[in-house]
Amino acid sequence: MNTRSRHWNFRTRRIIAAAPLLLLAACNRGILAPVGPVGSAEKMILINSTAIMLAIIIPTMIATIGIAWWFRAGNKRAKYRPDFEYSGAIELVVWAIPVMTVMLLGGIAWIGSHDLDPAKPLKSANPPVHVDVVSLDWKWLFIYPDQGIATVNQLVVPVGTPVSYRLTSGTVWNVFFIPQMGTMIYTMPRMATRLNLQADKPGVYEGISAHFSGDGFPGMRFAVHAVSPAQFTAWAASAHSGPALDAQTFEQLQKPSSYVKPFTYGSADPKLFDYVVAGRALPPVSPKTTPPAQHVSPQPPAGHNNVR
Amino acid sequence: MFGRLTWDAIPFNQPIPLITSIVVLLVIAAVIAWITYNKWWPYLWNEWITSTDHKRIGVMYIVLALVMLVRGFADALMMRAQQTVAVGASQGYLPPEHYDQIFSAHGTIMIFFMAMPFIIGLINFVVPLQLGVRDVAFPTMNNVSFWLTASGALLVNLSLFIGEFARTGWLAFPPLSEKQFSPGVGVDYYLVSLQIAGVGTVLTAMNFVTTILKIRAPGMSYMRMPIFTWTALAASLLILAAFPVLTATYAELMLDRYLGFHFFTNDGGGNSMLYMNLIWVWGHPEVYILALPAFGIYSEIASTFSGKPLFGYRSMVFATLGICIISFCVWLHHFFTMGAGADVNAVFGIASMIIAVPTGVKIFNWMFTMYGGRVRFTTPMYYLVGFMITFVIGGLTGVLLAMPPVDFIVHNSLFLVAHFHNVIIGAVVFGVMAGYTYWFPKAFGFTLDERLGKWIFWCWFIGFYLAWFPEYALGFMGGTRRLQHIADPSWQPYLDVAMVGALIIFAGIVLTVVQLIYSIRTRERRLDLTGDPWDGRTLEWLTLSPPPHFNFAVLPDVHGEEPYWTRKQTALREEQLIEEPDYEPIEMPVNTPTGIIVAFFASICGFAIIWYIWWLAILGLIGAFAVFVWYAWRDEHEHIIPADEVRRIEQERRRIRTELLGQWKPVS
Repeated sequence: MNTRSRHWNFRTRRIIAAAPLLLLAACNRGILAPVGPVGSAEKMILINSTAIMLAIIIPTMIATIGIAWWFRAGNKRAKYRPDFEYSGAIELVVWAIPVMTVMLLGGIAWIGSHDLDPAKPLKSANPPVHVDVVSLDWKWLFIYPDQGIATVNQLVVPVGTPVSYRLTSGTVWNVFFIPQMGTMIYTMPRMATRLNLQADKPGVYEGISAHFSGDGFPGMRFAVHAVSPAQFTAWAASAHSGPALDAQTFEQLQKPSSYVKPFTYGSADPKLFDYVVAGRALPPVSPKTTPPAQHVSPQPPAGHNNVR
Repeated sequence: MFGRLTWDAIPFNQPIPLITSIVVLLVIAAVIAWITYNKWWPYLWNEWITSTDHKRIGVMYIVLALVMLVRGFADALMMRAQQTVAVGASQGYLPPEHYDQIFSAHGTIMIFFMAMPFIIGLINFVVPLQLGVRDVAFPTMNNVSFWLTASGALLVNLSLFIGEFARTGWLAFPPLSEKQFSPGVGVDYYLVSLQIAGVGTVLTAMNFVTTILKIRAPGMSYMRMPIFTWTALAASLLILAAFPVLTATYAELMLDRYLGFHFFTNDGGGNSMLYMNLIWVWGHPEVYILALPAFGIYSEIASTFSGKPLFGYRSMVFATLGICIISFCVWLHHFFTMGAGADVNAVFGIASMIIAVPTGVKIFNWMFTMYGGRVRFTTPMYYLVGFMITFVIGGLTGVLLAMPPVDFIVHNSLFLVAHFHNVIIGAVVFGVMAGYTYWFPKAFGFTLDERLGKWIFWCWFIGFYLAWFPEYALGFMGGTRRLQHIADPSWQPYLDVAMVGALIIFAGIVLTVVQLIYSIRTRERRLDLTGDPWDGRTLEWLTLSPPPHFNFAVLPDVHGEEPYWTRKQTALREEQLIEEPDYEPIEMPVNTPTGIIVAFFASICGFAIIWYIWWLAILGLIGAFAVFVWYAWRDEHEHIIPADEVRRIEQERRRIRTELLGQWKPVS
């Protein structure tokens, strides 16, 4: 009961906050309903910048209509000034207004870009959870290298804890995006990107691919479960009972399929992500049984994994 | 023998493309039969197809643009309909492999074969007239440019009947567009047709840069050129700088696809990020290639219908050139989410916002052009006011997208799609529709119906807001673009409103056809015998409507920024025209079939490359080259219009103008 009323209150507040700004967007999901620090900060910049610009453009729109109407050909009271084609004072003002607006917004953009750099670790007392993300045709593979498990189209994260993502693609480009958590980022083959997000409210959120990747693209959706740290630990432990993600399974998984149901692998090679980035096939035998040296090439991977 | 081309390429088992193909072929057959029945072929061939007259070529560009508008809009309606019905449990009526072709074709056609030909058509028609000259620098090349553009349009549309179109989006990002992920002919259709059309576009830009820099009426210094001509120069310079990048990028992708190179592949050291950078080095200036001439059209309209010179002419010129340069420094804002560092993102974000400064100045200057004027609310003026209101919203959302931290949550979303339709419809489409209405009487000697014109405006205006504001909202709800299926049923009402908006715009397009037919049928009532139906201020209104082949019997002497306006006012005050000049024979370029023959061989060659029919591709190339050689060895360059003929036409114009002296009053 308690949670339900809190949920209701939360929704109400959110709708009241958003309604005056965006009459149309009385939405209950999406970027205007952030659940973490990144999304909240971005929403704030979005709203502040919109307000600053509305302060300029609403008077401009009114003045446009007002001037056009007042100076209509039939209006005898409007003074016709056929030679009014230059005024230094007006020129100064019309250049100054946009210049000052852009200086203000440019400052916000500069600070915002640095504060919200996707690669920058989030400040937190809790150590981050690591998740490696691989986009495939057309589903998402999430590898938990520290827990040694992996999931498909289902992401489980502890609330109040930063999650540090490394992302790549086993196929074409995609964009990893959980609208309610904020920042999206490309997943690109043979390259690794970084992203840091955090959920502060428990719940189930939707994740999508935000970059067209082929016929199965609309089915590239995943569920994000933000649970308490204790529940997360318990889930990770219980997940070990699932089947293993070995070379053969991974090869099967890479075959194109869409609208894939969430699935959990009980074990996954923690180096799987690096193999995908390097564009190399997984070793056929589980690396736990053989020394890792045999599988690591003496040369650095050929891919471009230095992209932040 | 026929490469990859087999009977499987014809979509016998897909009802939608098959029925469309049959209908289109029947329409084409009917048009050909109608022309043949009326024995119009010699007229079409001599007066239009082989014409080197910049005015005729301009009109042909606009006809191409209007036809492609219908094609591109049919795609838009199909997409909207699919998204409206494919919500939740339903998969809609279009399978992904078909839907993906439709949105790719929509973007490609609307940008390359609707907006570009429309803008280039207006530039072609208007600029030499505004400069007070008789033709462009390279009249034959102008004809070749048009036919190469038409050849590209033909190939894109051929993909509907034979094979398939790209399923990769309108910019064909690799690695999706690489052979590995797109083995079909779709991407090849895309690449080859845009390469051919791109040659035409670059030739046009060369032509107009040369014309504007080298051929102007005596006394017309740079700072006396009309603002539309300035924007045409800026757009041509942008094309010259940007389109070669596009050509090189597509050439690299073609090398990947045809010869197994590794520019953008996942393996072999390829890097798809390179393509992203290169395509947007072209892509962002492309926005201004379309928008700057549209701004020029609005400037002409604001000045003419307010009865005042353009406010802040020098500011407008500097703003135009400023946009021209900054537009090359902002391409990275199309992929802030690619993982670049904070400094890089911030610099490109701020650079993008800086474009809002000259653009904002333009808005204020149009406002002050109306200020103190006598504003006549004709259809073009409706478009101007509608544009100013709509465009500032597009500017707002554009600056939001330029802020990296905001872009992180709306990149690639329906918010972005709404933004660029906001500026493309709100600025470019409104602009070309306004220009079409404004210069139509100059081209044909009678005005378009004003009442229907205003209806068309309201359809575009209301339709735009209904179609795109729900998409802004969906973007906030986490909606991304290019979805063949919508999972979230709560989007339904937004999608329904958008569908209604699209249908209203469709009504506007239907009314455009109705307006054209109605205006032609009732032209006797709306003849423009004066050559100056709007009380214009620039030199195109000096000559007859439609202008004679040579535009001006004697090139006008230019003193000051508004030569025609000054001349008109002086004549009205003194109640006499300027002294009659001595008439001399005029040399004009002869017609040439070079353009259509080169385009014919280019189409053959392109089609052969798409289908791997190598012997035919070589034949096509040899054919095109042979035409070029044949043209280079021609004997006859120009034909002479005798002085008597020039005198007859000019004296007729002077007779009309003398009559007007008694009717029109000078502006006090």
